[in-house]
Amino acid sequence: MAAIELHGVVKRFGPITAVDGLDLDVPKGICLGLLGPNGAGKSTTMRLLTGQAHQDEGEIRVLGHELPRESKDARALMGVVPQLDNLDVDVSVEDNLAVFARLYRVPDVRAAVDRGLALARLANRRRDAVDGLSGGMRRRLLLARGLIHDPQLVLLDEPTVGLDPQIRTELWSLIDALRSRGTTILMSTHYIEEAERLADEVAVMTHGKVISRGKPAELVAQHAGRETAEVYAPPDRLADVRAKAEAQGLRVRPAGPAIAIVGSEKATDGAVPPDAIRRAASLEDVFVMLTGEEAE
Amino acid sequence: MNSEVAQAPPAPQMRRLEPAAIGGVMSREVANFRTFWKATTFSSVLEPVIYLLAFGLGLGATLVNRVDGLSYVEYVGTGMVATAVIFSSALPAMFGTFVKERFQRTYDAILAAPVDVEELVTAEMLWIGLRSGFYGCFPLLVSMLFGLNPAPGMLLVPFFCFFTALGFAAFGIAVAASVSKIDQFNYVTTLFITPLFLVAGTFFPISQLPEGVQIASQANPLHHLVELVRDSCFGFKATDLLRVAFLVTFAVLLWRVAVRRMEKRLID
Repeated sequence: MAAIELHGVVKRFGPITAVDGLDLDVPKGICLGLLGPNGAGKSTTMRLLTGQAHQDEGEIRVLGHELPRESKDARALMGVVPQLDNLDVDVSVEDNLAVFARLYRVPDVRAAVDRGLALARLANRRRDAVDGLSGGMRRRLLLARGLIHDPQLVLLDEPTVGLDPQIRTELWSLIDALRSRGTTILMSTHYIEEAERLADEVAVMTHGKVISRGKPAELVAQHAGRETAEVYAPPDRLADVRAKAEAQGLRVRPAGPAIAIVGSEKATDGAVPPDAIRRAASLEDVFVMLTGEEAE
Repeated sequence: MNSEVAQAPPAPQMRRLEPAAIGGVMSREVANFRTFWKATTFSSVLEPVIYLLAFGLGLGATLVNRVDGLSYVEYVGTGMVATAVIFSSALPAMFGTFVKERFQRTYDAILAAPVDVEELVTAEMLWIGLRSGFYGCFPLLVSMLFGLNPAPGMLLVPFFCFFTALGFAAFGIAVAASVSKIDQFNYVTTLFITPLFLVAGTFFPISQLPEGVQIASQANPLHHLVELVRDSCFGFKATDLLRVAFLVTFAVLLWRVAVRRMEKRLID
């Protein structure tokens, strides 16, 4: 039995179909990265899994519980770390944790709070109001709050969105430790590097459905080949390079001020200019090729 | 082990209206209240003092002598309990719910835990009811300093305040779940709360109003609370049981409305 099973799930908001026939299984013990651009349906999928949205069509099971009917049972076994900070800012760090320990029916609230404080490395700030914490501390506290009941499954909704690189790396270490313990993780993100570093498998989502799924290296090999060549030049020359590469059947994508020729190892003479920067193909190439969106 | 048994899905364990869920949500309210209780207590004590000085001693000493057989201080002091209850229940419920739902995203966090909307609304109502039950008594205590005699029936006043506050808390939550902008609360306070508070018999007797208004005031929960509080101080009547039944019915009906409105607002 997979930890999460979604079959043919559809969710509409008026004329907009946010999730469109989504099929997704998350086996126990893996970290699955749900990678997609803004508006791909990742957050709606997360809300469906927490019972805060009900599907119009399809079936959802979480840890064996059918949603939305048994959503409360499923939520007792899973932890959620939201995209937006919704801590109680005037309340102390330890009280923020204690409230959620009670909501999750943890028998020993004090011990759970101590574990949470240790995880968030905030034991010395336990009596301080959340308002006085830095952005990184608040994010760690949010993570500890979601893990207060030692859940079997954790939903991370864009866990590092808007954070500076140092804090992001710090949070990645915490999530990686969680993954090493065998906790099942579903992590939505639109950061390629985050998915590459943390996810055992990646599902690329756009327009409300998964369009490709696999281990990061497999996805790269399948959709982007071995090598990508980036060409930096004035727009007129970039147009020429693009035309030549496409004439050879190579796929070209925009890459900021440059263009990237994906699968450049297959190019024959002249298609890749000598001043191109050749690098290993990446998940970013896959993401852009599949979704048509610029990666972050 | 039989593989069919091993694959069987876990049985549902959670029930409706679990005390642990309601207690958990209330513990969040308590944790927050600890950060602002001083300001709430200050205004709860000072407001009735100001009202009693202005109306009880000002009006009572100059224009009004006795109302319905009571001194004006006794009349206003007992009536002020209803004012304290509506302002400590409907308004916090309206603004608190809207802010927690829209700006702080508190309910998103709570509903991600094993808590449903019915438990969330019930917990919010109970907390506001308890707070109002406590602070609603302050005007009565202050009135004693102005000459109101203590009576054993007064011990029931917190319960009357509690049930009335439950209904108004549910009203506030339902309103918050129905408006799209916080400014729209102005319509509610002007059209509902102010008239309810003015025709409750707090400052002048309902019997002096036109007959239509007197009949309409029978549907005003605050009027029943005012009468119950006065009767607690000066002697109960048989009709007080009907008044209690009215307040309980008001709370139960509005509870269901609040749960439905919040489900519509919080669950997509």
